[in-house]
Formats: sequence, structure tokens, C-alpha cells
Amino acid sequence: MLASTGIKLVGGMKDEKREAGQRKVLQRIRQRGTPLVRALHAFVKRDTPDEDSGQRPTARGDIDSLPAVYLAAAVLDPLYIFDAGGSILYSNEAADLAFGPVTKNVSLRLKFRAPEMHELVSRVISGEEESTAINYAERVPVERAYRVVASRIGNDTGLYVLMFKDQSEARRIDRMRADFIANASHELRTPLASVAGFIETLRGPARDDPAARDNFLQIMQNQTQRMARLIDDLLSLSRLEMKPYQKPNVQIDVVALVKGVIESMRHIASENGVDIVSELGDTPLLVAGHSDELVQVFENLLENACKYGSSGERIIVSADQASPMDEVRVTVRDFGPGIPEEHIPRITERFYRVDVETSRTQKGTGLGLSIVKHILTRHDARLSVKSGSGQGAAFMVHFPPVPPSASVGERT
Amino acid sequence: MQNQHTMRSFDDELNYLSDQIAAMGGYAERMVAESVAALVQSDSGLARKVVEDDAFLDAKEREIGERAVIIIGKRQPVADDLREIVGAIRISSDLERIGDLGKNIAKRVVAVTEGKQPVRLFRGLEALAGLALTQLKEVLDVYASRSVERIGFVRDRDEEIDAMYTSLFRELLTYMMEDPRNITACTHLLFCAKNIERIGDHATNIAETVHHIVTGRQLPLERPKEDQSHSVIAEPEA
Ligand SMILES: Nc1ncnc2c1ncn2[C@@H]1O[C@H](COP(=O)(O)OP(=O)(O)OP(=O)(O)O)[C@@H](O)[C@H]1O
Ligand SMILES: [Mg+2]
Repeated sequence: MLASTGIKLVGGMKDEKREAGQRKVLQRIRQRGTPLVRALHAFVKRDTPDEDSGQRPTARGDIDSLPAVYLAAAVLDPLYIFDAGGSILYSNEAADLAFGPVTKNVSLRLKFRAPEMHELVSRVISGEEESTAINYAERVPVERAYRVVASRIGNDTGLYVLMFKDQSEARRIDRMRADFIANASHELRTPLASVAGFIETLRGPARDDPAARDNFLQIMQNQTQRMARLIDDLLSLSRLEMKPYQKPNVQIDVVALVKGVIESMRHIASENGVDIVSELGDTPLLVAGHSDELVQVFENLLENACKYGSSGERIIVSADQASPMDEVRVTVRDFGPGIPEEHIPRITERFYRVDVETSRTQKGTGLGLSIVKHILTRHDARLSVKSGSGQGAAFMVHFPPVPPSASVGERT
Repeated sequence: MQNQHTMRSFDDELNYLSDQIAAMGGYAERMVAESVAALVQSDSGLARKVVEDDAFLDAKEREIGERAVIIIGKRQPVADDLREIVGAIRISSDLERIGDLGKNIAKRVVAVTEGKQPVRLFRGLEALAGLALTQLKEVLDVYASRSVERIGFVRDRDEEIDAMYTSLFRELLTYMMEDPRNITACTHLLFCAKNIERIGDHATNIAETVHHIVTGRQLPLERPKEDQSHSVIAEPEA
């Protein structure tokens, strides 16, 4: 889904109102920021840090000779220091993690292209404003939103600082609310209408027909179950979208994980008359990931294979990695009717169902694969699908290789 | 004392050019995202803003072209530097086209949203736009970082966009056949989808240019794939 476009420029407001707004923002950032951010602010403004910052220097001389980069490195929010030409002289670790590493002296305007960002940088460099703030959002691949402040450092250093405050969570909650309402109301309308229709029939023409009544009540029960399931799925997707975006930094053995999922899916498989064959082998394959989320991925793929590929009577799950430098692939293959080629690009869209009828009788809501895709995007992994009418379907998950020596969660 | 607009050095001039490309890129990305958002949310105010934004790209393309000519005349650059400058001209023209395509989508907002359209149609279009935007973002990121070794994704993404477009195209045709009252809106949406697909093509062009700027070689791309939908309908305007 595309982001809604909520970019509002503080600079778009008029004079005093705008100034007041900015002062408030800076104030807020100063209040909420870590003690180090506050210390940095105090440092660049050359006055003493706030009373409660816990950073009270013992001697005036210490703070005067404190290198700014030490402070900047200790800040937990993304931060860049740049010069009057707009070249990035320094980026802290948080910045590199959030926006990728930068080569020294690369232009800030090149790194951040958004028009509001260019205006912000120009305003502060030109001296039009000493410090000013905007909202900045990235839409793809994962939606992120920041409050960004640019300030001149000191009076005559010729240096400027750009600081990011992550606001993604607040934005995601807003989006979730809007999306949930739009999606839920749309998708609930059909089953709700059918339940309402049956109630009407039960109170009218079918009032004295016990056979029809049982039949109708059964259908109504199915429909309400479907609605409940839909709400669960929507909530699960929304919750996922709401979680702050964080690259997974725990290494897990995906082979063991998938084996566990296969065991938990055995009963669904036998209900559907299919056999899950594991060709996973015993060699552990490491990927960076959140195990709960990856369990969801494989549960969904296996569930689909059981539901839609049951006519093929078996499902083969395999995993491989050509060399430690290559991606790790896990494949879930079934031998059912497959997916017609023209539908393949679309199946990860929310509510997309190839054959609405079959999917409905299978109690499908069309959200499973969008949850899968969402999780994989967060893992820097991707899903590929090989299928065609009558050829079964192979869903393949590709994980990027984990750097061999890099210890968990550490930068190289 | 020199006029403050005169650049101090050749490097400054080149940096200025690439900053302007970045500015154009930022506008183009925003126009594409906002035009599709305007369409999905039937927001005619946002659509109007997108149409107005296009003037920026037109002006910047002209400015970059003129500046490039001056730099070439004054500095007589060779090899790398010449590629950089000529590349900037080419990229700016692709970005300007992307802006036109975004504007074109925005202009259809009113026509499309007159009647009530099935939500499902817009989902497909959003997904397609998401792919094209990702392509554009990644390409411009490579221009910024010069890490052309990461440019392989372009080909895959290009294929994905084409496949998605073809599928969307069929779906829209089905809607039109189901109910003739859908024809007007679906035709507009079809053109929007086509525009988004072409935005992806321009992003791919930019990838090729960036690759050439950095390496001096052409990007080995097995490009034109047959697109099953083209035989069914004539190209929209221009
Ligand atoms: N292995 C498969 N074989 C054939 N078709 C499949 C297969 N997996 C998915 N599909 C098709 O893709 C559609 C989307 O799948 P998805 O998992 O997103 O939704 P669902 O199974 O309908 O609902 P949910 O998973 O939310 O209960 C399905 O409705 C089905 O038509
Ligand atoms: Mg499913």
C-alpha cells in the first residue's frame, strides 16, 4: 500500500505562528531527547546542560574541549553533521543503520532528495532560520516517518546538524486505524449482508421449516466464523505494520524452524488428505530473523499448500544454500491445480483471491500472503512463486546470506 | 570578488549538477506517490498540487541542460567528467518525463472518481505504483551512492512491473466487459496503469545511465520483453 501523504511543512505556516511552532518542536525534542541529545544541544549552543540531564560537567574546561563527534556518536537518533556546501562530514551509527552508510563528503541533498528536505537544508544554510523542523516520510520499501530538525552549530563553526526523530509508530497507528476501517468495512459487508438475508428468511418464509432452518443456521455460522477470522487476520497484519521497523539481528536456524512448523501443521494436512514430505536435511542454515514472524510465514505457506494443493496429495518442503555467500532458499512445493500465470503477480495483494469461490469455501480471507510478504520485506527477504495452471505451485522464500564473521547485532 | 553565483571549482559545478538531479528526483518521487494517492483517495486537491509541481521539473530540466552546456563549453571535460555531465542531461530528461506521467495520472483523478469504483481496482494500481516507486527510489539511491554493483535488482523489478501491469490490464478488461458502465473509469485507470508502467521504464533508463556514468560501460540488460497486452490496445497519447 502506498503511504497516505501527510507531509506538512512547518515552513508552510506563516511567520510568528511558524516560529512559535518551531520553538515548541525544539523544546519538545529537548525535553524528550536522551540526556545526550540535550547535552549536545547545550553544547552546540554553548551553555550549560539542563539541570536534570545527569551530564553535569565537573569542570568548565572539560566540556569546552569535548569533541563534538564523541557526543554525536553517542546520540541514539540518526544524526548528520554537514557544512555550508551541504556535504556530509559525519554520520552517527544510528544514521548509518537507518539510512545506510554514507561516503564522506557526499552531498546531503543527494542522500535525501525529498523537496521538503532540500528546503530545510537550504533554509538553515542560508541563515534564514537558525534552526527549523519538518516532517519527513519514506514510503518504500517500508513506511517510515521522522521529525527532522536542522540547526546551525554555534555561531561561527560553519557547521550544521541534522537530527531525525522516529515518528513511524504514531504514523502507523493512524494508518492502521484508517486502513482497518476501510478494509474491514469493505470485506465484512458481503458476509454481513448474507447473514442479514438469512435472518430475514428465517423470520419470514422459512419460519416453520426445520430443515431449511438448520441449513441456514449452518451457513450463518460459517459466515460469522469467516468474519471472525477476517478480523483476526486484519489485526495481525495491522499489528505487524505497527511494529517499529527494525532489522532482525538474531540468527536462527531456518531448517529447525521449518521442521517445527511442519509438525504443527500435520493435523491440517491430514484433514485435507495431504502428506508433508520434508527434504530439509540436517544441515542448519542460518538466517537473520524474528522466529515468531518466520513461523507465521511458513505456517501460511503450508496452510495454503494444504488447502489449495490437496488434490496433489503431497507437499515437499526443501531448503538449500549453494555457498555461504549465497542466499538461503526454502521451498514449499505442492502438486495441486497451481495458479494461472496472470494471477501470480497479484496474489500478495490484500484480499486477492484467484478463485473467490474455492477460497471462500476454504474459509480464506486473502490476507495470508500479504502477511507473508510484509514479514519478508521486513527481513530483507523475498518471496518468489513458480506455478502455472495444472502444474502445482512452488513458493520459494529467499533470505540474504548472513555475513560469516559479523557477530550478532554488531556493525562491521 | 566573484559573483557569488560563479562556482569556485569544476567539482563544485559537478556537485551542483548532481544536487539538482537529486532535487528533481525528490519531486518526481513525490509526484508519483501523490498522484496515485490522489487517485485512490479521490483527493482532487492533492491532484491539483501534483499538476502544479510539474512546473518545477520542467524548469529544472531546462536549467540543468543550460548549465551542462555552459560547463562543457567552459571546461572542455573528457572521459569521466564528460560522462557525468551528459548523464545528468539524460537523467534529468527521464525525470521530467516521469513528472509528466505523474501529472497525467493526477489529471485523471476527477474523471475516475466520478462514479464509485471497486476498491479492488485501486489495490492493484497501488501495488503497481509501489513497485515503480521502489524501482525509482533504488535507482536514485544508486545515483547518490554510486554503488552500481547493486543495480542488478533493476532487471527483476522491471519484470515484476511488467507482469503486474499485464495482470492488471486483464482485470480491467474483465470489468469493462462485465458492465459497460465501467468502461469510462476503467479506461482512465488503464491509462494510469500504463503511465505507472512507463515510469518504471524511465527508472530503468536512469539505471542504465547511472551505470554508464560510473563504469563507462553499458548495462547488459536484455530489455524489450514482449508485453502481451500491447497487441490488444493502441498506446495512449504520445
Ligand atoms: N499453493 C497454492 N495453490 C493454488 N493457489 C494458491 C496457493 N496458495 C495461494 N493460492 C491462491 O492465492 C490466494 C491468496 O492466498 P492467501 O493465503 O493470501 O489467502 P487465503 O488463503 O485465501 O486466505 P488466508 O490465508 O488469509 O486465510 C488464495 O485465495 C488462492 O487462490
Ligand atoms: Mg492462505
